[in-house]
Amino acid sequence: MGQYGIGQPIRRKEDARLLTGNGRYTDDVNLDGQAYVYFLRSPYAHAKINEIGLADALAASGVIAIYTSADLIADGVKPIPCEANAKSLKGVPLFKPPRHALAFERVRYAGEPVAMIIAETYNEARDASELIQIDYEELPAVADTSRLADADAPVVWDDLDSNVGLHWETQESAVSEAIFKTAYKTVELDLLNNRLVGNPMEPRCAVSHHDAQTGRTTLYAPSQGGRRVINAIAKDILNVPPQSLRMVSLDTGGGFGIRSKTYPELVLMVWAARKQPRALKWRADRGETFVSDAHGRDQSTKASAAFDKDGKILAVRNETIVNVGAYLSENGAILAMMGGGKIMGTAYDVPVLYFSVKSCFSNTVPTDTYRGAGRPEVNFIMERLIELGAEAFGISSIEMRKRNFIREFPYKTQMGCLIDSGDFPGTLDMTLEKGDYAGFEARKAESKARGKLRGIGIGYYVEGAGGRPFEEMRVRFEKDGKVKIFAGTFSHGQGHDTVYSQLLNEYLGVDASKVELIQGDSDTSPKGAVGTFGSRSSMMGGVAIKRASEAIVEKGKKIAGHLMQTEPTKVTFKDGVFHGGSSSVTLEEVARAAQDPSKLPEGLEGPLDESYYYERQGESQNFPNGCHLIEAEVDPDTGTVEIVKFTAIDDCGTVLNPLIVDGQVLGGIAQGIGQALVENTVFDNETGQLLTASFMDYGMPRASDFPMIGIYFNSVPSPTNDLGVKGAGEAGACGAPPALVHAALDALKGYGIRHIDMPLTPEKVWRAIQAAKSGKAA
Amino acid sequence: MAKISMKVNGKTVSGDVEPRTLLVQFIREHLGLTGTHVGCDTSQCGACNVHYNGEAIKSCTILAVQADGSEVVTIEGLAKPDGTLHPMQAAFREYHGLQCGYCTPGMVMVAVDIARRLPGADEETVREELYGNICRCTGYQGIVEAVMAGSEAMQTGVLPLKEHH
Ligand code: FES
Ligand code: FES
Repeated sequence: MGQYGIGQPIRRKEDARLLTGNGRYTDDVNLDGQAYVYFLRSPYAHAKINEIGLADALAASGVIAIYTSADLIADGVKPIPCEANAKSLKGVPLFKPPRHALAFERVRYAGEPVAMIIAETYNEARDASELIQIDYEELPAVADTSRLADADAPVVWDDLDSNVGLHWETQESAVSEAIFKTAYKTVELDLLNNRLVGNPMEPRCAVSHHDAQTGRTTLYAPSQGGRRVINAIAKDILNVPPQSLRMVSLDTGGGFGIRSKTYPELVLMVWAARKQPRALKWRADRGETFVSDAHGRDQSTKASAAFDKDGKILAVRNETIVNVGAYLSENGAILAMMGGGKIMGTAYDVPVLYFSVKSCFSNTVPTDTYRGAGRPEVNFIMERLIELGAEAFGISSIEMRKRNFIREFPYKTQMGCLIDSGDFPGTLDMTLEKGDYAGFEARKAESKARGKLRGIGIGYYVEGAGGRPFEEMRVRFEKDGKVKIFAGTFSHGQGHDTVYSQLLNEYLGVDASKVELIQGDSDTSPKGAVGTFGSRSSMMGGVAIKRASEAIVEKGKKIAGHLMQTEPTKVTFKDGVFHGGSSSVTLEEVARAAQDPSKLPEGLEGPLDESYYYERQGESQNFPNGCHLIEAEVDPDTGTVEIVKFTAIDDCGTVLNPLIVDGQVLGGIAQGIGQALVENTVFDNETGQLLTASFMDYGMPRASDFPMIGIYFNSVPSPTNDLGVKGAGEAGACGAPPALVHAALDALKGYGIRHIDMPLTPEKVWRAIQAAKSGKAA
Repeated sequence: MAKISMKVNGKTVSGDVEPRTLLVQFIREHLGLTGTHVGCDTSQCGACNVHYNGEAIKSCTILAVQADGSEVVTIEGLAKPDGTLHPMQAAFREYHGLQCGYCTPGMVMVAVDIARRLPGADEETVREELYGNICRCTGYQGIVEAVMAGSEAMQTGVLPLKEHH
């Protein structure tokens, strides 16, 4: 409807505040009398803790308390649970080792918290940590993902005889092998999907305090919706009534999946606040953020595809080792199956799939969901197989894609996702047209004249968005005319305040300036709230808001009928106004009447205040998809890869606000290009030390890494949710990496280089060129 | 402890600081101006950018005592007292140059500096000039567009509006 409704590129309501320095992030919170927390972290990747000596540190100036795992255990604090569940074909469940918030008996990764120091000032806490004497007995460490399952690899958990915490696989091993034996052609590839550090720009931070009078503890920390986190801390870890804890997330400086976790530091901040009469504050620096946020990706895969004589895929085999780190973070062990495996095949019809995942422990920071969580990985694998297939058949990869695209919907993937809609060939064609594919050869010649090798590459992706299948929203009309939305989803950059206001404008005709989003507080978020990740807020939260609005209209009709002396069943509602016969009354008037019992029909209570708990049918997600087209120039002398042209066509379903959806796509692209071009998380394979723990060593994409990107939509509204929306946040992270790698490989075609693992740093590309020149092409 | 005084956002302020206090700590912790952010400890992210004697600097790279007697403008000092956004702030809003907002104050301060030093700078120059500022959310496109449009608005008084396809 109108200027402010669905589909308009409304400028964001939240911006004026954030642009003038009036944002309020957790580090901006300072409570009276707060003491400071410093976490002493393990310098070793793997070691036995023989003894911890605290005497000197406790005597140091300003020290208030020091805690170790002995204190947690004595106090009955339980390890942080892992909700993920999965079994091997033989029924062996995922091995779930205990993860204590502070290391217990052993340290298993460098950076694992060992002691919590509380002191008057941050510097005193930090200085005291240096006086803690720990007798470590170093043990052999393992970090290298492709080695984790080897028989001679050091074992992280003694309870297991290898590092394989779970070998999950589908039934089709033998069937697929038989197909491969008789197939017309097969292709095979080993690849690494590089580990990434999410690095939201806001470093880790938390503030906590316990109110002895009310018996309640409040935790302030960035999150992606804290209700789930604080409930887990209350019920599963501290064993206290959930209502005795409250979590507040103020402005949050980026999340990307990794900020949705129940981290050890959060548990400790709550627990210690209940032991101390003082408020507590912890602020990590960037280096500490690098080792305390969960990492993403980190998979080593052997993949193969079998084709019939027409180039149609007969079967795909995929064997992946996932490096889950030293402990299980929430979904680290299952995201390769549940996030990635479910949509394996992506845009293509794959009649037989063997999918095997070994979730392996290592002496590294735990990994978990990061922008795409399993979907970028399988999209990369499928796209590489398609390209190799095209090469094997001597046809273009465009033709190869078209021969294999899914064309009928709903389409059930081998692992049971029901892809509801899409226009894959149309989206591909639109990309080629918008990206002027036809003009590529001329541009290539022009690059060549400048001594540059130009290549073009496609990344087609399909991903599954929506996450957990329920969410609750509450819409309440206030006395002062404001309309509040109480949400458990959590905007940390996605502009929910703006988009949810657009929805209320669309469905209720409410002026957007009157809408106020109340979020980030476990006390006010609805009971059925989950949070924001996997592009679920518009799909789950948006639908719940729509239906809560409908409930408001239903109730409003009764009140309007009473005011207009009309049968409620005869009252209609349009653009914020109730009509009955020749009279009409605005929703605003009805809302006001709803505050006054004398104006209400019998049996009805005010105010207008409706909640809707939306539960999605079955596991039906939605399936954003799209095509990213990149042209890159490679400098053959230096190995530098530069993106010179980028066109993205995405099917994000109905677009609620193109300004914001563009932003989501662009942000995902930047993280995808980061992965493909500059980001790499490097551990020393002998010692397990993280070598890339600062912005000096870890490549963060910069403005100069990108050209202007052409963003377009080929929207096919999703038929499986009321709004027709699909996700947008993960699109770029899925589409950009294969497009970039294909563009670079196309540029390097003359050398016969078949594959280079991400990131395509100048050094790697240069080495590949040198190897090719000396006849040792990869 | 050292006594310092400086002009911040047009007001004279003074304080007693430990010599090791960074300018950004003085701004955030002593003056309570929390719009200036800290995103790293290696002077790479640019979230802490302020104007120091008229030039953009990373306020984590100098000590508060070094800034004694200087003139500093932070993000809080950019909009008009009546709340009217500075043209560069308005441009960031118009071009969706921010998502989570954490890098934003630093970006805007640098953007104003770029516009002053290099009026009419082209896209490539703007991208290079932003090398010292990291944004994890936006992919920079909206930021680059905002810097160019904001720069124009600072010269002409008219902000070119974003076009939508
Ligand atoms: S905090 Fe100053 S550059 Fe990062
Ligand atoms: S807007 Fe989030 S880091 Fe730039």
